Amino acid sequence: MYQYDVLDKEFLADRSAEFRHQVARRLAGEITEDQFKPLRLMNGLYLQLHAYMLRIAIPYGTVNGAQLRKLAWIARTYDKGYGHFTTRTNLQFHWIKLRDMPDILDALAEVDLHAIQTSGNCIRNVTADPRAGATAEEVDDPRVWAEVIRQWSTLHPEFTYLPRKFKIAVTASAKDRTAAKTHDIGLSLRRERDGTLGFEVMVGGGLGRSPYIGKTVREHLPVDRLLSYLEAVLRVYNRHGRRDNPAKARIKILVAQLGIEEFARQVEAEWALIDASKVDLPDTELARIRSFFARPDFQTLPRVSDAFDAAKAADAGLARFARNNVHAHKVPGYAIVDVSLKAIGATPGDASAEQLEVLADLAERYSLGEARVTHEQNIVLPHVKLDDLAAVYAGLKAAELASPNINLVSDIIACPGLDYCALANARAIPVAQDIARRFEDADRAELVGELKIKISGCINACGHHHVGHIGILGVDKKGEEFYQLTLGGSGAEDAEVGKPLGPALAANQVGQAIEDLVEVYLRERKGEERFLDTFRRTGVAPFKEAVYAEAH
Amino acid sequence: MPKLIRLTENGAELVDDRFTTVSDDEPIPAGDVILSLTRYQAEGEVLAGSNRATGVLLAGDEEVEALVYDLPRIPVVALSFAKFRDGRHYSTARLLRERYGYTGEIRAVGDVLREQAGPMVRCGIEVFAPSDGSTAEQWAATAGRFRHVYQRAADSREPIFAERAEGRAE
Repeated sequence: MYQYDVLDKEFLADRSAEFRHQVARRLAGEITEDQFKPLRLMNGLYLQLHAYMLRIAIPYGTVNGAQLRKLAWIARTYDKGYGHFTTRTNLQFHWIKLRDMPDILDALAEVDLHAIQTSGNCIRNVTADPRAGATAEEVDDPRVWAEVIRQWSTLHPEFTYLPRKFKIAVTASAKDRTAAKTHDIGLSLRRERDGTLGFEVMVGGGLGRSPYIGKTVREHLPVDRLLSYLEAVLRVYNRHGRRDNPAKARIKILVAQLGIEEFARQVEAEWALIDASKVDLPDTELARIRSFFARPDFQTLPRVSDAFDAAKAADAGLARFARNNVHAHKVPGYAIVDVSLKAIGATPGDASAEQLEVLADLAERYSLGEARVTHEQNIVLPHVKLDDLAAVYAGLKAAELASPNINLVSDIIACPGLDYCALANARAIPVAQDIARRFEDADRAELVGELKIKISGCINACGHHHVGHIGILGVDKKGEEFYQLTLGGSGAEDAEVGKPLGPALAANQVGQAIEDLVEVYLRERKGEERFLDTFRRTGVAPFKEAVYAEAH
Repeated sequence: MPKLIRLTENGAELVDDRFTTVSDDEPIPAGDVILSLTRYQAEGEVLAGSNRATGVLLAGDEEVEALVYDLPRIPVVALSFAKFRDGRHYSTARLLRERYGYTGEIRAVGDVLREQAGPMVRCGIEVFAPSDGSTAEQWAATAGRFRHVYQRAADSREPIFAERAEGRAE
């Protein structure tokens, strides 16, 4: 993975010193909370219901053992012993004291971590395919380009006070694991027939109050022109995005109002005037960045592992884990292991300090030192030998990290909701826990198969409910928590916004409604159809009938 | 005379503001003035013959393109930040410097706070009318907090990748 050199490290040190100074000014009363707010937000610090929340950037979700251990240490020292992984592949601590912040940033900087631009109206932490460098599906390594974007976007002076936040995702596989089309910019690496590498650039995706699926603004952007093109998109947005209403300030609204053709025309016109030689990275720097993502020293191994096959035959739990959480690696004898942070009854995305340390140990012993965070709030060990899978499983199991439920009904995305967040209308975590308990029977969960449930505690949609196969949105009805269900959404390559099922349900009706929806699917499905496929074929009618029948 | 902070080669200094900023409903006083874009477009031609300097104030929603042909005779462009969160004029400043080769004074007025010094300076703004009482020394210190930058802008700073190419990371 990318290694910070002395220049990157000096930059982080300066950033840490700057925030120490800003906090001192705030604590001394030299600046108002209103003036301090954008400064702390650009360092990932939110004021929530009970305390400050600190959001730490994990650029494109890539993290090493030392970093995981430092995060565990911060969890123990400054928080309540756990952290929360988010859909932006960041890690949040929810019980932080303002006066500790400068020391925390210094501690993070020791392992090249920071909280730069994890909030605020700026370019946020860039995300990428968590299987980068491990999957045979990709045409190039998206981390190279994510790192290019990380550097370019860091304290970009022109784009520090955008109309609204700005999120970029990079994928290089036909199968999209980044939800690229729900981003302000989604970049999909493609190889043209002539062999040249380029990005399909999708702009204007986003969830929140007005969900939009990103539209293609350019089919083929030569990779070495990436930064000048991004600068053109951001400049058009910075100048023309709405600033009169925060709910209409994302680029998706500008794209919708102009139409994609006119938006594309404005971007091309701006791009043509930019002196690209000042913006685009020279080939030497691209090569330097690429060298950090060179193929690691994989061993030459047989395609199958007798040891693993024997262990699977002897342990049904391992066999189930292998079916659901282990995926093909590009190198024979290796596998990609998904670690679920969705144990039945737990808070989706939470990891304790002990669990972070176990992940650090396993990454170092068995995964070439690396782990990844996914936007679905799970962890990936990208390079595990088949021969080591039984040991990894045992290590995960001992730390309650071996839930065999990746992509299944209990692998739920949920925002922190009203338990933590000042913006929320309703709780999200207890809803997720209730649903997971109802599908605790692993055989039944596997029978149901892929089913992505996503829960947001308010319309800001941090839980991505619009693109859940089943989406659940918390709403406030006269002081009571109600939940609006949507069906048929997808955040993947077949991205679509879900359709409302019917009137909102009371909190105690949601779990049963999910069971009803699943029963309809099991009754209606044909062949290998997923829940999403069946819904797309049958439409909403049978599902609506089942959920609201009792109400008639 | 009101004071402004002006960047110098070694930091920043407090200077007199020789320009009077005139609102649209005021008569134009003697001496050097800054007018709104609308008024400049209506009356700038006449003032040009009156042996004084006339600058232009751009509101947040006014675009620099409207001014391009007049730039050679405009000594100062004042960029108005109605709210410090309104970042449109960071683009304006860069376009003035980098695209239109403007070498006159670019000043930031309005809700101009010390913590904005870094990005403002990098985008080519050199004169500031801070609304938070910042001193020139404070302004210079804030603008110079970072030893390195990751991208080129309107200032002359070389980005980290250029420093690397010159071997400064070794």
